[in-house]
Amino acid sequence: MNDRMKQLYQELILDHNKNPRNFRTIDPADREALGHNPLCGDKLKLYLKINDQNVIEDVAFIGDGCAISKASASMMTTVVKGKTVEEAEELFTQFHEMSMGTLNVDTQENKLGKLTIFSGVRDLPARVKCATLPWHTLHSALHNKKEITTE
Amino acid sequence: MNLNQDILPNREISFDPILYRKDFPILNREVNGTKLVYLDNAASMQMPQVVIDSFVDYQSRFHANVHRGVHTLSQEATDKYEAVRSKIRDLIHAKSENEIIYTYGTTDALNMVASTYGRQNISTGDEILISEMEHHANIVPWYMLAKEVGAIIKVIPITDSGEINMDAYTSMLSNRTKIVAVTHVSNALGTINPVKTIAELAHQAGAIIVVDGAQAVPHAKVDVQDLNCDFYAFSAHKMCGPTGLGVLYGKFDILNSMPPYRGGGDMIKSVTFEHIIFNDVPFKFEAGTPPISQVIMFGESIDYVNNIGIDRISEYESELLSYATKRANEIEGLTIIGTAVQKASVLSFTLKGIHPHDIGTILDQSGVAVRTGHHCAQPVMDRFNVPATTRASFAFYNTFEEVDELISAIHQVKEVFG
Repeated sequence: MNDRMKQLYQELILDHNKNPRNFRTIDPADREALGHNPLCGDKLKLYLKINDQNVIEDVAFIGDGCAISKASASMMTTVVKGKTVEEAEELFTQFHEMSMGTLNVDTQENKLGKLTIFSGVRDLPARVKCATLPWHTLHSALHNKKEITTE
Repeated sequence: MNLNQDILPNREISFDPILYRKDFPILNREVNGTKLVYLDNAASMQMPQVVIDSFVDYQSRFHANVHRGVHTLSQEATDKYEAVRSKIRDLIHAKSENEIIYTYGTTDALNMVASTYGRQNISTGDEILISEMEHHANIVPWYMLAKEVGAIIKVIPITDSGEINMDAYTSMLSNRTKIVAVTHVSNALGTINPVKTIAELAHQAGAIIVVDGAQAVPHAKVDVQDLNCDFYAFSAHKMCGPTGLGVLYGKFDILNSMPPYRGGGDMIKSVTFEHIIFNDVPFKFEAGTPPISQVIMFGESIDYVNNIGIDRISEYESELLSYATKRANEIEGLTIIGTAVQKASVLSFTLKGIHPHDIGTILDQSGVAVRTGHHCAQPVMDRFNVPATTRASFAFYNTFEEVDELISAIHQVKEVFG
């Protein structure tokens, strides 16, 4: 096992994959969106409760995917819960930039915190979409779009 | 890691892959700091040096457009290009080289049948039978045709081992059945289908049979006359050849009665603004400048494979598959998808609790190249209730040691995921 793999498949990611947080539905939800990566068949449904102050009160997901997408979704829910829609949008942008390699989390200011654990995907172009699918789905839900695909 | 001697087949050393590996320069390269173990041959096979050289030779000495000029180069290019038609005729045992149509790939060939024969012969209420194990290339063209003409698609179910349910197939045939479209070898499962029997039953019902041979031709002897199929499609790049070239075989009388596919140069005898006379079969189906260099390279690929012997290749690959299957079955939590009695060298599997894309990424870090995903056969994934599988597919240049590398890399995946 080389260092790149050790960096990617860290304990935290493996744990969120095995025991995903907020892995449930919300009924009724204020917003819902379906994320789909047709290349690998990953599917993810995201539910949101947003209150009058524009704060994400609750967030949950169900779906099937690889360890990277599942852990990314799980960690995303733990991070955005309690944040305002604007704060969540800012995280979406930074997470996306980190995955694409345009934001260097070691040298550039950001609010990603423990989410920087996913920075290794920038070296694995085939896996970038796995990590970003949950965030794109969140972005769509916040914009009231019902369905997105990564293609 | 050493070979597991106990379960190595008791074989005489009649086939030595090392002899052929040296012909493939790419097999020497490293991936992620380790030796490449290329097990994605069902997606595309690698190319030997003689085939690569034939491109340089052709472009350096013979290149010109074919069927056009009277100048020497055009004549030489045409001769070389047309000579490959006879090689392909012999490769699949067609009756005549006029039954060999150059296409841009298997997908293109199947679309050609749907667009020409299909539009001409299929109408409202007619039925097209396809199997549940088809590649998207042998599903989508038929759906497009059915939608256009009002025909009905019926899907022949497969069994839990990944074989066509022949009883179901027989009962689905009727005088409404016009086309039966099946794969010879499944790319996702490895199943070798009893095409000869399927063809016989289709003909008894008055239907024609279209066979997707993309995974069959590189791995087993194919005799289209013995199979008695009406159409047979395959690709060059899956048999040591270049991408961008496929072949459609069709029985001459059927081809001769079909309308053309694309219009353009070379597929006509004469053109005036009042009247167009189409060219003869097979040229009627080959509009525009064809993939000339690819055809000439594929001629070299056929010679290369013939020199080894397709029967010897089949036999060796079957030993490799049998060894890989035994070793894979020793891994706890591994399930092989596709356990037909007759199989080509495809090992598709799932690992309990681990997604194929994580498997593929970690295997790649060990230099092991496999395909992960739905293999352009989403209905097969649905049938086995999995989102995707990991697929190792073997060629004659793969070794038993490489199977061990695969097995050892799978164990590493399991370690990561604990």
